[in-house]
Amino acid sequence: MDLAFIIEKTTLIVIIFLLSLVIAAYSTYFERKVAAWFQDRIGPDRAGPFGLLQPIADGVKMFMKEDFIPKHADKWLFIIGPGITIFVALIPSIIIPWGPPLEMFGRKIALQVTNFDFGILFIFGALSVGVYGIMIGGWASNNKYSLFGAVRASSQMISYELAMGLSAITIIMMTGSLDLNEIVAKQHGMNWNVFYQPVCFVIFFTCALAETNRAPFDLPECDSELIGGYHTEYSSMKLGLYLFSEYVSIFISSALIAVLFFGGFNFPGMDYFTGNTLAIIGLLVFFTKISFFIFVFMWIRWTLPRFRFDQLMHLGWKTLIPVSIVNLLITGLVIALYEGWFWSN
Amino acid sequence: MQSLTNRKKVVSDKPMTLMEKIYIPAIVGGMWITFKHLMRRGNTVKYPEQIRPFAPVYRGMHVLKRDEKGRENCTACGLCAVACPAEAITMTAAERKKGEEHLFREEKYAAVYEINMLRCIFCGLCEEACPKEAIFLTDRLVPTEFHRDEFIYGKDQLVELVDNRIDITKRQHTGKRTK
Amino acid sequence: MITDILTWILGGLTIGSALMVVLSNHPIRSVLFLVITFFFISGHYILLNAQFLAIVNIIVYAGAIMVLFLFVLMLLNLSAEGLPKSSRYLTLGSVIIGGLFFIVLIAALKDSLHFEALNPGSNSVGLVQNLGKTLFSKYIVPFEVSSILFISAMVGAVMLAKREKHIVE
Repeated sequence: MDLAFIIEKTTLIVIIFLLSLVIAAYSTYFERKVAAWFQDRIGPDRAGPFGLLQPIADGVKMFMKEDFIPKHADKWLFIIGPGITIFVALIPSIIIPWGPPLEMFGRKIALQVTNFDFGILFIFGALSVGVYGIMIGGWASNNKYSLFGAVRASSQMISYELAMGLSAITIIMMTGSLDLNEIVAKQHGMNWNVFYQPVCFVIFFTCALAETNRAPFDLPECDSELIGGYHTEYSSMKLGLYLFSEYVSIFISSALIAVLFFGGFNFPGMDYFTGNTLAIIGLLVFFTKISFFIFVFMWIRWTLPRFRFDQLMHLGWKTLIPVSIVNLLITGLVIALYEGWFWSN
Repeated sequence: MQSLTNRKKVVSDKPMTLMEKIYIPAIVGGMWITFKHLMRRGNTVKYPEQIRPFAPVYRGMHVLKRDEKGRENCTACGLCAVACPAEAITMTAAERKKGEEHLFREEKYAAVYEINMLRCIFCGLCEEACPKEAIFLTDRLVPTEFHRDEFIYGKDQLVELVDNRIDITKRQHTGKRTK
Repeated sequence: MITDILTWILGGLTIGSALMVVLSNHPIRSVLFLVITFFFISGHYILLNAQFLAIVNIIVYAGAIMVLFLFVLMLLNLSAEGLPKSSRYLTLGSVIIGGLFFIVLIAALKDSLHFEALNPGSNSVGLVQNLGKTLFSKYIVPFEVSSILFISAMVGAVMLAKREKHIVE
């Protein structure tokens, strides 16, 4: 624990924190642009060149709005709700391996804030806790639409966590480790998990959509039924935090999908590079993958209609979970055959 | 009965086939449709820089005309107010004094003439009712305001200026009705 | 040294939030304090070098079971005024029973103070790999038996759900 180590980690944390916020802010801009493009429109183009300053304008607007707390709301829980949501959304970013190690100032700097040997479990822990912010906010608003949103969010998240966990277990079985670093290292070059586990990828992606409350699973906030869902009563930057945390979790989910299925920072032909060149290209490749998945998230949102709630539950419990269990069993069988002890015993 | 348009679709609630239950082909198809729209730009008009041409018969903000000598045409007869289906027009008549001949064309004129632009439905009946060719609808837009009382336009906003005449010929000289 | 201080702080916070579960006047707040208690307990696990247990405690208890509790309580929409007033005798009785149970607990745990404390640094059984190896070799029978218990519970739940459907028909 020398000083250099502390400085290194602090810088890394600050950079990743700011990066998540900036990417989330520009996701809001990008979402509006993508929505416009899909609908043959132009999208925001007034603030700055191509409307690039739009997120700043939005932020200023959010801060200037009246911060209103309803009279019958549970005041403290009402305030804590958005805070928990954004906190929990940002937490998993500490464990994602962003790129190959950089060499700088004579030190080898790992582009990962910290590494646990139970990495994936940590992310699932953060995901499972993520619903509290929505539930607390929705309940504390003392509004039936908010409550419906909160209840929907919680049941949806619990249902889809199972299938998500089962599909992640498949990847864990293939890698033999919970450590994200090892999962990435195993997918060296073009040896990505998605080529071995396409079904698993589809299930995981569907669950990621449901966990981030994105369309077609945006039932907790579906405007046509629940006004704004859990954030109906929220205004000003508290609302902003809720909206923002959605984009932060899209960013983190995209990063997670890239790590688990698309080899993280691995790219074909990476053996020709070494040292810092490799690190920088790796970083760029990783962020390209993340941007692509953020785009896919938006693409799906502006294509598919919203599920009905019973359809959502049917899909989660009667389709995704059985399919992922079967997938898990087949994977186990193949691993057993491949490794040979099935026959040698 | 035979369908006239040939666009009728018969709705059925037959159970989905296996292919439909997988959802994924349909999802991919839908995403392909949206993807095709990605590079297409529609008919966006970038408003302040680019103004869409008005139809020649467009009915916008009113103008109270002056004659060629710069005198107000309106004699406050009240026919426009009677014709108005939205009850948007009110006025107060006054008698022309000595020395005001250069201001008003006839002996009677409107001292107050108000149109409530929030009530007005821009039907153009006032224009048709007017015997003196005093009120016309133009292709100008009523600007937005912050308060309701700012939408009650008085003579200061309605009467055209002597040195800044409003052209109404375009609307008046198209179509069947000509004056 | 730093572990000791952290243990004391965490212990205090755990007991404090656990007390708030009992003392807070609204059921939803009780549940939220229970969630906080689980987080502090996970902190204890981490101090004992049992990271797997810590994270599973958060995923399973804080992330799933307590969400269900909260879910049910929100749907019930209990409020402080709506709760039935318990009689004074009932309160007195529950205090006595709870107190007696507390005394029994103290009596049972009194001797454990003389045990040698686990040294968190030296044993690494709580790490994922070691825990997995231990579970699947030394404790394989209890592990499988408990999984059978879970399956029977699941089957029971499915049966309950099914039976209700027949009545409706």
